[in-house]
Amino acid sequence: MGLMSQPIRRTEDGRFITGRGRYVDDVKMEGAAIGYALRSPYAHAKIMSIDVEAAKSAPGVIGIITGAELEAAGIGHLGAAFPASFLKNRDGTPRVDGDRALLTVDYVRYVGEPVAFVVAESLNAAKDAAEQILVDYEELPAVGLIDEALDPGAPLVWPQAPGNIALDWAQGDEAATDAAFDRAAHVTRIDLVNNRVVVNSMEPRGAFGTYDKVTGQYELYATSQGSHPIADTIAKRILRIPPERLRVITPDVGGGFGLKMSTFAEYPLVLIASEKFGMPVKWMSERTEAFQSDSHGRDLKSHAEMAFDAGGRILGYRIKTDFNLGAYGLGFGPGIQSVVPMFVVGGVYKVPVVYNHVRAVFTNTVPVEAYRGAGRPEAAYIIERIMDLAAREMGLSQDEIRLRNFIQSHEMPFRSYVGAVIDSGDFQRNLHDCLRQADWAGFPARRAEAEKRGKLRGRGLAYYIEKTAGGASAVVISFTPAGRVEVGVGTSAHGQGHETTFAAIVADKLGVPFDSIDLIQGDSIRAPWGGGTGGSRSLWNSGNGILKAADAVIDKGREVAAALMDTAQDAITFEEGAFRVHGTNQFLPLLEVAEAARAGSKLPPELKARLEKGLDSSGTHEEKGDTFPNGCHICELEIDPDTGKVSVISYDVVDDFGFVLNPLIVAGQVHGGVAQGIGQALLENCLYEPGTAQLLSGSFMDYTMPRADDLPSFGFTYNEILCTTNPLGIKGCGEAGTVGAAPAVMNAVLDALWDKGVREVDMPMTALRVWETLQRAAAKAAV
Amino acid sequence: MYAFDYHKPRSLAEATALLNANPEARLLAGGMTLIPTLKQRLASPSDLVDLGGLPDLAGIFVGDGEVRIGAMTTHATVAHSAEVRAALPALAALAEGIGDPQVRHRGTIGGSISNADPAADYPAGVVGLGATVVTDRREIAADNFFTGMFETALEPGEIVRQVRFPIPEAAGYAKFPNPASRYAVAGVFVARAAGGVRVAVTGAGPSVFRVPEMEAALTASFTPEAIASVLVDADDLNTDLHATAAYRAHLVGVMAARAVTSALES
Ligand SMILES: Cc1cc2nc3c(=O)[nH]c(=O)nc-3n(C[C@H](O)[C@H](O)[C@H](O)COP(=O)(O)OP(=O)(O)OC[C@H]3O[C@@H](n4cnc5c(N)ncnc54)[C@H](O)[C@@H]3O)c2cc1C
Repeated sequence: MGLMSQPIRRTEDGRFITGRGRYVDDVKMEGAAIGYALRSPYAHAKIMSIDVEAAKSAPGVIGIITGAELEAAGIGHLGAAFPASFLKNRDGTPRVDGDRALLTVDYVRYVGEPVAFVVAESLNAAKDAAEQILVDYEELPAVGLIDEALDPGAPLVWPQAPGNIALDWAQGDEAATDAAFDRAAHVTRIDLVNNRVVVNSMEPRGAFGTYDKVTGQYELYATSQGSHPIADTIAKRILRIPPERLRVITPDVGGGFGLKMSTFAEYPLVLIASEKFGMPVKWMSERTEAFQSDSHGRDLKSHAEMAFDAGGRILGYRIKTDFNLGAYGLGFGPGIQSVVPMFVVGGVYKVPVVYNHVRAVFTNTVPVEAYRGAGRPEAAYIIERIMDLAAREMGLSQDEIRLRNFIQSHEMPFRSYVGAVIDSGDFQRNLHDCLRQADWAGFPARRAEAEKRGKLRGRGLAYYIEKTAGGASAVVISFTPAGRVEVGVGTSAHGQGHETTFAAIVADKLGVPFDSIDLIQGDSIRAPWGGGTGGSRSLWNSGNGILKAADAVIDKGREVAAALMDTAQDAITFEEGAFRVHGTNQFLPLLEVAEAARAGSKLPPELKARLEKGLDSSGTHEEKGDTFPNGCHICELEIDPDTGKVSVISYDVVDDFGFVLNPLIVAGQVHGGVAQGIGQALLENCLYEPGTAQLLSGSFMDYTMPRADDLPSFGFTYNEILCTTNPLGIKGCGEAGTVGAAPAVMNAVLDALWDKGVREVDMPMTALRVWETLQRAAAKAAV
Repeated sequence: MYAFDYHKPRSLAEATALLNANPEARLLAGGMTLIPTLKQRLASPSDLVDLGGLPDLAGIFVGDGEVRIGAMTTHATVAHSAEVRAALPALAALAEGIGDPQVRHRGTIGGSISNADPAADYPAGVVGLGATVVTDRREIAADNFFTGMFETALEPGEIVRQVRFPIPEAAGYAKFPNPASRYAVAGVFVARAAGGVRVAVTGAGPSVFRVPEMEAALTASFTPEAIASVLVDADDLNTDLHATAAYRAHLVGVMAARAVTSALES
């Protein structure tokens, strides 16, 4: 039996858990200096002057870089990933992104925006010097919350964006949707807040830059989810140098969750500083700095309406969302609530017509960008909360309302109103399996037992779907003289275990030993071009690419083997890692053929000339066809009405990820994803102070990360319903846990509180909020 | 951090001499509060005087109707001490509920009470049990020790050596932890002794405080029901991201009842 579909333990873990991982902070070079970013303490201020003279001569200081200096040197600015023509306002006018210099010159627009970059012999010396930089700020009124920013007369973050609207976008047909509502037998309405979260990757961001003045080469080690996009941005947009003059290397990375996709100012800054001061320069974020300067996630408010016929079937869906973009439209920011989730707004249901109106709102906060799931958890949250409420209003059970509206397996491939072509899936089966796994039917008894203990027990169900795939990423398989197989990929693991999963495919396909395979990733020069790892699609890109490259290796190998064994190509079969001459016991192992091809001396001259690179081959999976991971989540929890504390008791998931390459790694991805979803639903909340836009939840003393004792043991199973649009049949699993978790948890919270008269719950349902909600419901019941 | 000189004295006298010679010096115990403060550049002591080299300051002694805990005894040591668990289980449980394992293995009782964080757990135990704080120069009754938010009766250069807890008939501690830091949002220590019942509240107000109405009610009848109708005034309580004053006032009642239940069960 092959390695694919086996629960192989992650080969990288030995290194990680014994402290032998090599992260950016572990990069050490003789004479390296430390960079430190002086950040704005104000959410909004005009910079009248910056005086660095005293700081420059502070002990241990090598130099200080300011924005004015970068402008004079013609250094480019950061920006959004989406071209203006691709993502624009619904009336056709261009969106506004603002203009983000690496170091701001005239205004600061959020707390934590970098103002100057100090380079010194030590971090302490840099911090001492930073305290001596005199920045004369003229404080301006600031807005941190969506409602504040939308208030008529609110101070503007950007004068060119009246009303602080950065983007006014829509999908669907407004008139047709309104018409559907006119025909409705029942309309369910809901207002939802999707709370802002801090990404909090375990390893903060960091960068280590060198510049070689002899060769003019720049080299950057960065905490990233892909070296190539960062190399492209820095070379083309910021330093404006030919791409071959910059190499970006991504060593081991401790978590990304979307944060590490983007190019942040500090990355080019270490390169600029290295060139300017003539030594390697390292910048490593501290945790407090990460809270202020990492892009945040979520932060939107939605009003949604669903129209049903008398039979509980959906007639139309209307959503209006305002999302907090922060002070700048950077990276994927403007697209996260608009184009990124646009194919899954209707969920797993037959929704005949949709109108989804989305506005991006500027505020004086750090930019909001991708966070695990990037827009899809938000879409799933809205539709699964409204379906739950609709079921309650129409007197249907949670499974019944879904069964009545599910897209059926026999209707697939199904083209949804929003344009998604769902190739495969069996929502009904996953729902039934999950109900059984969670003992849905036994709930009333468990609730009654909890009641005796004074606890309010609730259960919640959510059926999520997300869309992934897309974006090219190349694979190169090459054979080294030492007999190792190198697999270069354009994806870049930062916790996903690709060294294990990709090697399993290569080992199975080529029949070479698992431990002879080395994964080459995260290197803009050594690894083939790719968009990095994000959006649950690395196996789609690299896995399917490996199949292609491996096929090319085998084709070349057959030719070489035929020549070596002096037989016709069609007499050769490739089995169990060897080329065998049909009907004889003659064979040559692949690695021997590869070595002969590499050396070339035994090959006929024509073949030798043609196979200049031996069997080394590349492959890129470029076939069209999205994938739709989907599944059912059921959460059961108890609330202590005396304190408001919510305890998640059990959590069940039945997923469809298509082909499951490594069940162990997949389970790990689901566990982590669900933990993040539960964290957002119950614990995590990033708060800016009303009126000042100061960050209130700026450390782990106030920002609650979910911990092991906040979580139950997860029940996770899956149905392998193969994706029909890619050879591996995979759908992607990296974000799914997060996509399904928040609505399942919140539906359970509402269920627990429903009989107390509670009708509205918003994330995060912290103990305080639960208690206050119960107090309000009791007061209402009393009148 | 700003630069400082580090000292590790071998005797209390040496420590005192160092403090006297350097008015900007600070004592260092487990460092769980002081080191982060230094790292954030919120304090700039000229010298740190590490109490870790003074063996007499650590250790637990149970006898004469008392539990005596040396200032440098870590929370984990108290939590796991068989003697404390037998004589004063509520105090061992309090120590076990502080922060996380790393904090419990570094943080000390002396550091905790000297720091007098309004959300720290030990102050509730010290006041609830009517303990005595022994310093290098005097004994201070618990009721006089905590004087305000991050404020104590300690004089400049005064060193806490030991805390002496009288062993009560029954005691219990219940806290509602801050979900992020696990400090007390509201923590209530209840102790019944020959002299009556004491109820001390931490986390809820600017400093630890007693609740005389609860003490009277519990002296009359030591049951959770006895205090069900005692309401704590929210006016003087704290409001922050995790709790409003009204919620804290409510939690004090809930935690007090749970502390009584726990005292009755032990
Ligand atoms: C993440 C985290 C979570 C925490 N959670 C909790 C919690 O849930 N509950 C809780 O109660 N506490 C909590 N703490 C606090 C911790 O338990 C320590 O008690 C506290 O940090 C102080 O003890 P220390 O020994 O570390 O003192 P240090 O940090 O070394 O010193 C604190 C202060 O006390 C002074 N000092 C120290 N020893 C003496 C002495 N013998 N005499 C006079 N002055 C002295 C120092 O000069 C300093 O000013 C937490 C801390 C952290 C970092």
